Amino acid sequence: MSHVTIDHVEKTFPGGKNTQPFTVFEDISLSVDAGEFVSLLGPSGCGKSTLLNIVAGLDTASEGSVSINNAQVTGPGADRGVVFQEAALMPWMNVKQNVEFALKKQYSKKEASARAEEYLKLVHLSRFLDSYPHELSGGMKQRVSIARALSMDPEVLLMDEPFGALDEQTRMMLHKEVQYIWEKTNKTILFVTHNIRESILLSDRIVLMGTRPGGIRKIFDVPLARPRDPSSEEFTALEHEIMSILEKEIEKVMREEMGDDFRSKKAGLLYNSNSNMGDHI
Amino acid sequence: MFPSPLGSVQQLYIGLFDTGILRVALFESLERIGFGFLLALLIGGLLGVLLGVSKLADETLGSLVIALQSVPSIVWLPIALILFQGGGGAILFVVVLGATWPMTMNMRMGMKNVQPILMRAAKTMGYTGSELVWRVMIPAAIPNVLTGARLAWAFGWRALMAAELIGRGGLGRTLMDARDFYNMDLVVSIMIIIAVIGLLVEYFIFSKIERRVLSRWGLSTAS
Repeated sequence: MSHVTIDHVEKTFPGGKNTQPFTVFEDISLSVDAGEFVSLLGPSGCGKSTLLNIVAGLDTASEGSVSINNAQVTGPGADRGVVFQEAALMPWMNVKQNVEFALKKQYSKKEASARAEEYLKLVHLSRFLDSYPHELSGGMKQRVSIARALSMDPEVLLMDEPFGALDEQTRMMLHKEVQYIWEKTNKTILFVTHNIRESILLSDRIVLMGTRPGGIRKIFDVPLARPRDPSSEEFTALEHEIMSILEKEIEKVMREEMGDDFRSKKAGLLYNSNSNMGDHI
Repeated sequence: MFPSPLGSVQQLYIGLFDTGILRVALFESLERIGFGFLLALLIGGLLGVLLGVSKLADETLGSLVIALQSVPSIVWLPIALILFQGGGGAILFVVVLGATWPMTMNMRMGMKNVQPILMRAAKTMGYTGSELVWRVMIPAAIPNVLTGARLAWAFGWRALMAAELIGRGGLGRTLMDARDFYNMDLVVSIMIIIAVIGLLVEYFIFSKIERRVLSRWGLSTAS
């Protein structure tokens, strides 16, 4: 039985006085099994974050519905932990208080304190319980954010480009950490990213999304054994396969931004003599 | 006729420790500003929260607050004197009016400038409605509250002095009394007291709180 069900979801922003209504994506259906790690991969503007927000209940679908364990999503709730790209920690609370803040609604004070310590230990931050967010590095903040989301014991963990703003070394460390956490807690994870390698490294399945019209292009199974080696042949083969589809999508986005004569293969518009076209009018 | 430094210090000593007129006046003024300031924080804070939370209130009361803010509060004194039959009530009214608006505007701004991501994060943890206001918006607005309080104090203190010059009791009245006796030394000694109070409040209250708040909120690098 599927755990997270996304059923024919469409998101359309209504048009205003001078703007046309804009459909980000339509007819997206996806079911995620319990304990599965699924990545949503796509170029910017394909609505992958919007889709995640709809699952989180922070945004509403124009059509269709999302359900968790057959219970329809009507708004945000503690059954879905969300990790944002920015850590979104309350600056006036220390690390432990930030995690306890998520637990106050469900647990007694004593339990909340114990759970906060337990989950901060899981992300290796036991030494920083009393630190304030501004004293932490970007990676540490994101780990607090992960601990905070996990401590609520959510049905699903939703991660919205959680490592997008981090440097490469920190990201590699956090990839290991997320794998360790996922194996240990056995949570269902929905992970938004624009990084192909990241998605292959972490997920069981990769949902490749495209733009105009927005929607699912292809779903890839990742049959590789963990821990995965980015330099292995299977890994790079999959990477190439995904890239070949993604490239077309990216080109579409770039054309929209830079004009119709943009070609990603031929060094693009910037270096093309055609870019001077119309200069002398 | 002209004040001398020595004479001023002498008057300061006599007024504070000998006759006690300055001491009595000082405590009366401090009592007024203290009470007026707290009242302004309360009213301004609540009003600011209301303006920050409710769009309707902001669009209706908001411009009224800006209009009231641009009226120097001492202008209210004639009405207040009639309203409160003279006396301390009128002066307190002017002080509160002077101090409330900067507090309101800063509280409002703090509420409006809360990072949306913090609100979204809190929502995913099951917080809704008024809990979001109390647990996220107001704490996030604390640095602005501090600015508001500082301005409220400054405006209130000025309003108090102006009101006392015309009204009854306190340092302002004593200042006018000293002028009536051509005692310029006493006038200057009172001005010294006014300046010192400002200095003490700044250094021992606002600076200290500000340093603590800013470092905790991660807004200053000097922590």
